[in-house]
Order: sequence, then C-alpha cells, then structure tokens
Amino acid sequence: MANEAVLHAHSGVETHHDHGHEHHHHETFITKYIFSQDHKMIAKQFLITGMVWAVIGGLMSVLFRFQLGYPDATYPWLEDILGKWAKGGRISAEAYYALVTTHGTVLVFFVLTAGLSGTFANFLIPLQVGARDMASPFMNMLSYWFFFTASIVMLSSIFVETGPFSGGWTAYPPLSALGDASPGSKIGMDLWLVSMALFVVSSLLGGLNYIATILNMRTKGMSMTRMPLTIWALFFTAVLGVLSFPVLFSGFILLIFDRHFGTSFYLSDIFLASTNTALPNEGGSAILYQHLFWFLGHPEVYIILLPAMGMVSEILSVNSRKPIFGYIAMVGSLFAIAILAFLVWAHHMFVTGLNPFLGSIFVLLTLLIAVPSAIKVFNWLTTIWRGNIRFTPGMLFAIGFVSLFISGGLTGIWLGNSALDIHLHDTYFVIAHFHIVMGVASMFGMFAGVYHWYPKMYGRYLNNTLGYIHFWVTLAGAYLIFWPMHYEGLAGMPRRYYDYSIWESFKQFGELNKFISTVAMIVFAAQILFLINFFYSIWKGRKVKEQNPYNASTLEWTTPINPGHGNWPGEIPEVHRWAYDYGKDGREFISQTEPVGANESKH
Amino acid sequence: MTVALSVAILALFFLVIFQIAKASEYVAILKGEEVSRKQSNKINGFLMIAFLVLGLVGVWYCNELLYDKTLLVQPSASVEGERVDEMLWITLAVTGIVFIITQILLFWFAYKYQESENRKPYFFAHSTKLEAIWTAIPAVALTVLVVMGLRSWFLFTGDAPKGAMEVEVVGKQFGWIFRYPGQDGIMGKKYFKNIDEAKSNPLGQIWEDEANYDDVVTTQTMYVVKGKPVKMIIGSRDVIHDVGLSHFRLKMDAVPGTPTTLWFTPKYTTAEMKEITKNPNFQYEISCDQMCGNGHYSMKGVIEVVSQAEYDAWMAKQTPNYLLAFPEKAAQPVADKEAEKGTTAQATSTKNSSKM
Repeated sequence: MANEAVLHAHSGVETHHDHGHEHHHHETFITKYIFSQDHKMIAKQFLITGMVWAVIGGLMSVLFRFQLGYPDATYPWLEDILGKWAKGGRISAEAYYALVTTHGTVLVFFVLTAGLSGTFANFLIPLQVGARDMASPFMNMLSYWFFFTASIVMLSSIFVETGPFSGGWTAYPPLSALGDASPGSKIGMDLWLVSMALFVVSSLLGGLNYIATILNMRTKGMSMTRMPLTIWALFFTAVLGVLSFPVLFSGFILLIFDRHFGTSFYLSDIFLASTNTALPNEGGSAILYQHLFWFLGHPEVYIILLPAMGMVSEILSVNSRKPIFGYIAMVGSLFAIAILAFLVWAHHMFVTGLNPFLGSIFVLLTLLIAVPSAIKVFNWLTTIWRGNIRFTPGMLFAIGFVSLFISGGLTGIWLGNSALDIHLHDTYFVIAHFHIVMGVASMFGMFAGVYHWYPKMYGRYLNNTLGYIHFWVTLAGAYLIFWPMHYEGLAGMPRRYYDYSIWESFKQFGELNKFISTVAMIVFAAQILFLINFFYSIWKGRKVKEQNPYNASTLEWTTPINPGHGNWPGEIPEVHRWAYDYGKDGREFISQTEPVGANESKH
Repeated sequence: MTVALSVAILALFFLVIFQIAKASEYVAILKGEEVSRKQSNKINGFLMIAFLVLGLVGVWYCNELLYDKTLLVQPSASVEGERVDEMLWITLAVTGIVFIITQILLFWFAYKYQESENRKPYFFAHSTKLEAIWTAIPAVALTVLVVMGLRSWFLFTGDAPKGAMEVEVVGKQFGWIFRYPGQDGIMGKKYFKNIDEAKSNPLGQIWEDEANYDDVVTTQTMYVVKGKPVKMIIGSRDVIHDVGLSHFRLKMDAVPGTPTTLWFTPKYTTAEMKEITKNPNFQYEISCDQMCGNGHYSMKGVIEVVSQAEYDAWMAKQTPNYLLAFPEKAAQPVADKEAEKGTTAQATSTKNSSKM
C-alpha cells in the first residue's frame, strides 16, 4: 500500500519534472552553478567548499607543526604572512592556539561534516534510491548557502584584531565565555559562535531533507532492505545530526547568554587575575556545557565516520566483485552504533569530577561500541576474502580506511576505559587515537568516495597514477605522523602545548616532533597533488565512455554518463533486487533493475 | 629568497610528477587500457604486501626507538597507579593481538585476492555462524576489560583511606596554589569574592573562620609524604584546569565552582625517583592538561615527595597565611610567649590565644 502511494507520488513528481525540463534548458549561470537546486550541483558545491577548507585547515596544521617541530627556529617569512602573530618569525602562543582551535573546528565541522556527508548525501541519495532530486531542493540549496555563510563568518574571525577563538575546538567555558581570560574569547569567539550556529542550521536543513528523501522518495521496488549500505549510513548520519545538533545549539545559546547578558549558566566562583576582579556570577556549572557539547560531540564523531563506512562498504564490494558480507549485520551494526552514539558522550568527561557511578555506566556503553565496530571490520575482511580485487584508487582508499579504522578503533578501547583514561586523557595518545580513527580514516572514506564517484560527478576520470601516488604517500604518511604519537601519550605528554622545552617529563621528544612535522608537510604536499588532479580532470580528464564503468549494480550507473537535472531522462527505473549481486550464478554482476530470474539461486 | 626557491622547486617537482602521470595515461591508451590496468593492479597488489611487511617492521622499530622515552620504563610512582599500568598492559595485549591479526588479514587478502583471470569471486553473502562468532568474542573480551577497569575506577574515585593527608590544589591562569589545613586538620572556609592577592589572600579565605588561622598556603611546589595517602581537593579560581600527574598515572580537572577530589599514595620520594630514572633533574611535574588559555603550556607545578621527617621540617618553616595577611597578629603572641622555635609554634599559639 505504502509503496503504491509512493509510486503515485513519484509519477506526480515525474510529470512535474517533465515540465521542468523545458526550463532547465534555459538555465542561467546563476541558477545552474550558484543558486542551484540540483542535488548533484549542490553536492559539488559542498565538496569544493569542503576542499577549500581542508586546504586552509591543513595549512594551519602545517603552520603549528612548524612550532612543534622547530620551536627554536625563526622563519622571517612567517612574519610576512602572519604579521604580529609571528613576531620575529616565530608563531606566538596566541597564534598557535588560534591555529590549533581553528584547525579542529574547521576539519571536524566544515570538512568532515559538510564536505563529507554534505557532498555524498546530496550526490548519492537521489541517485542510489532512484529519485529525481531531494525532497526539497530549495531547502537543500539553503543548506549549502547557510554553510557557505558560516564559512565566511568563520573566515572573517581570522582577521579581527584580537584574533580568532583560541580555546580549543570544544570551546569549554569559562575560557570561552570570558574575553578577559583569553584575547581569542573576545570578538573572535562571537564570530565562532555565529558561524557555528549558522552551521547547525545548515546541517539541520540538509539532514531533514536526507531523511525525508530516503524515507519517501525511493523508486518502485526499492524497499529499505534493498538500499545500498551508503544510503543506510547516510540515513543514520542524518538522524544523528538532526537529534544532536539542536542540543549543541542550545549549549551555544546559553554560552551567548553568559557572555553577553549576565547569566550564570556556566559561570561560578571566578576571579580573574588579568583584571584583578571577582565576577558576580554564582551557581553555574561549567560541566553543564560539556554535557551539552558532547551530546552532539560524540554523535558528531559518527556523523563523520558513518558515511565513510557506508561508502567503503559499497566500494569494497564493487571492486572485490563480491557481495558485501552480512548485509543485515552491516545495517544492524550501523543502527547499533547510531544508538550507542547517543549514550556514550560522558566518556569525554571521566576526569571532570563526573559521578563515578555514572562514569562506570559510560565505560560499559562505550566499550560496547567495539562490538558493532568489530562486526563491521570482520565483515569487510570477509568481503574481500576470495574476491577478485581491482585496485582502483577508490578501492585503495577503502582498504586504507579499514586499516586505519582498526588501528584507531583499538585505541578507543584504551581511552573508553576510565581506569586508563584517568592516565591518558588529554595526552597525545588521544590525539593519535582520534586523528587516526576519525580524522584520517574519514578522510580516506571521503577520498575513496571522490575517486569512485568522480566519473559520475564529472563524466571524466581522475588520473590513476596520481591517485596511486596520492594514496600510498598519504597512507604511509598518516601512520608515520600519528603512530609515534601514541608513545608521546604514553609518556604523559599533554596535548595543546605550545612548547615542551620547560618540561623535564616531556622534552625528550624534540627529534620525534621534528620528524612528525616534516612528514606532515610531505603529506600536505601530496594532497596538493590530489587537488591538481581533481581540478585538472574536471576539464581535461579522460572521458567516461561507458555508462557503467565499474560494472556496478546500483542505480546511479543506470543514469546517462552526464545526467541532467532529474537524473533519468525517461522513467525512473524499477528495482527488483538488492544492491550486491556480484559474482552470482557465474555472472559478473546483476543490476538492481534486472528482474529476478526464474532459475536464479537464492542467497 | 630560500622560500621562493623552495616553492619553485616544489612546483617543479609537482610538474614532473604530473607530467609523468599524464604520460602514463597516454601510454595506457596506446598499450590498451585493459592491459595497463592489469599491470598497475599487480603493482598495487604487491605494494599491499610490501606495506604490510614494512608496516609491521616499522611498528617494531618505532617501539625500539621510543619505548625508553615513555613512562612504561618507569614504575608507577603511586600505589594506585600500578593498577593503571596493569590495565594498560592487559589492554595492550588484547588490542595488540587483534591489531596484528586483522591488519595481516586485510593486506594479505588484498594481495592474495588481487584480480586474476583464473579466479571466480566466491559468492558469499552471509553466514550467521561466523557473525555470531565475531559478535561473541569481542563481547566477552570487552566484558573482562570493563570489569577489570571498573574495579580500579571505583578504587581511584572512592573515598581516600582514613588518615590521608589533605591538600587543597587550586589552579589559576597560569600556576598552582596549595593549601594545607595546619594543625587542626581543617581547611578554613573561603569565598571567591574575598580573593585579594595584594592582601596575601590568593584563595579568598574567610578570616572570621578560625579554622583558617593555621592554614598554610604555598604556590608552585607541593610537599607530600612517601607512603602516606594524600587527598587533593581540587578547585580552580578562573577557568577549567587539570591536575595532570603523569608519574602517578592520574589526573583530575580543576573546575571553578565545583570542587573535585583525587587521592593517591606516593611510592617513591623525589630523590629515589631520581635514582630510578637515572635523571638528576627528575621532578614530579604537575602539568595542566586542560586547555586554559595562552599560557597553558607553561602552567607547571611540582610535587616534592619526601619522608615524614623532611615534611615536618619543611612544614615547621611555613608561616600560616593568616599571619602573612595580618602580620600584627603574629607579633603579639610571640611577644607573650617568648619566641618559641619556628613558625608552627607561632601558628599554634596564635590559635590558642585567639581561642582564649
């Protein structure tokens, strides 16, 4: 019944679009490339904006790695670029913390949330579920432009006199609430908050749209259990975002009130030496903010990771020429991760004085996440087992993702255990853990997605040789940068330190820090190679000549090589089977659109 | 100049790589795309196994280089920290085994099952048995880790043993203040609006509270006694800080308005630790582990672990903060009682006289 209704709704949409097509021929530059309502164009907008931010955020990390790697050296050109932030050619502590903070914020939210799920949710959902566009293309467009505005506001904060916010991407008050506690907490923090608020709006507009599209606009025959895992992952991602971003938003609102309207939600018992005054605020709880923040902050980790998991599942299966192993278990583990994501936030707060009993519950729930994660890893391994693997650049990055996810995921078992966290919390061990499992792994998922679907995006291929170089340099580099950091953490070396030379306990890593900084620069350079490849190939890449270059079974490869707005020129194809019939009954692959034959074996 | 040069070299380098990559694409077209695709598939397949071998060697080599620089070579400086170390080694063993097995499987499978014309991919969509196995094994292993961890956790966060000495530790931008309760064993009341550095009242002690009269306040260096449990009552004057005690394997946040506690039993004096680490400059450093502003990296405190006798001698030399704030109060009793030895006596007598 429900399917019927959907089908009718679809035919309605189709006729509407058939009218619409007339107009699309007369698209202007502005409606096609700027205020576009085509999900594919919006996806590209998210992707390219995300890439711009990745370069800015990456460059910031290179700059502060200069300070960490070569704390005594001076570089006059740094002063040329940064002015008063690098007097005498050495980055100031203020600038260092601003760079660290902006790097974190930008990479987590702008690159790995908007750039990753924004891009691929927009691009893949309508194409893989068989829809002409998102449920609300207009909201979709707004989602991008709110993100763009958020970007501009964040960028502008770099140029204010007191500098951008510099209290860490988590923005814990009272540091983030009091301009007198840190210059970065003055106007820079206001801009940070405005930018993040706009980002939350963007994320909600996008997320609601993704959910509505997946639930209501699947083509005939595309039952939920026939959806590719990418769509499942993007669906759970959107649900996580919609339920948790508002909580972050509320936390920000209270912070704005504390900053400007004299409330005491987070402030109590504060005496500032810089002004030699005691503040009037009493009765607030600084820990309240941390609860609100991490109620988003932890699901956010999965908002970043789930789309990568979904794409990797798809790419591993296509390029192994084998079905994904344990489809239902994969969906189930995504679901379990999504649920648990909401129940573990306080593991970031074990050492805040949290009630120990409450802490113990969070230990239990946190380590529970390892179970669905383990299922996913073993299922991926089984997927490539006895396959016939084609190492496309997308496939390489997908394999790299699994490797990084294992490495970084396992250290989560260390940190999720409060009896170890009490020692390792806020050391470089944490830096190593989350950069590998969330940062680099998700980045690998993103690269896998870009390489894999680039032919669908632009009708051209990326250069494979550059892709291979990009992959191997990045994989080796990522391990060389972050693996040794575990050892720094095991020495108790705290994160977010500008200089370790005065510390008897932590100064023994000078050489290592130099090494890490050097590798970071090389890895950054390799990303430039990717950028060149990306932009060059948009115009000059090898043209895609086949409709289905990977022999993949999913719907996006049934569209024309360069699909127009509306995706399928005629009717939307009907789906008859799941998305993973590879190597079945001796056939290379069977498209989702092919009806199930009479003699076909069951799986 | 050098910058311009290095940018130029870099650009040239990119250009060369790019041209090679372009050329390889043309060659591929000439050779036939299918042929060259299979060639590069072989190369990448080989690189998979090469990466696995080099990676595992790298893991070993990294350990060789860095192991001695970590705390793993030092015994925990607190009795409680031994449990952290124990947990750490068990977790390392469990995760280490999983790491090695899964990484080997991943890259070995990738190498072994690279595309070959002779192989038909094995259609293998699910197996309830396998999935049940790899749900159950992690679940059991994690249960063990959780139970072990929580037992230690409740010890760490439970009440300090009776007879533990108490020290108040207060963070501020960017340093540490310590308060000892004095002879009466009671910390006097304080209120943050009373804080006045100029009047020797960095913590805002309420002078009407007599328990404050003998409280000793120091900065930067904290003295504790070997073998005697010490309970820290942790607070902050401005933003959130964190008392990071890496040698003791513990840490706890300092939150303004919400006191926290942390207790531990020091095992070695600072002097003994200098011998153990063979580092004459060894210090038990308190590192601030929570981002607290631009001076975060320099917010260092020191813990001196000493014997009871040394501690008593040190304490005897301290003047209660009350007497620093009100020097005139110190003068009277001393005049009455004919200068006894040391300031502890002064403090006691001050209190006695005030009680009379």
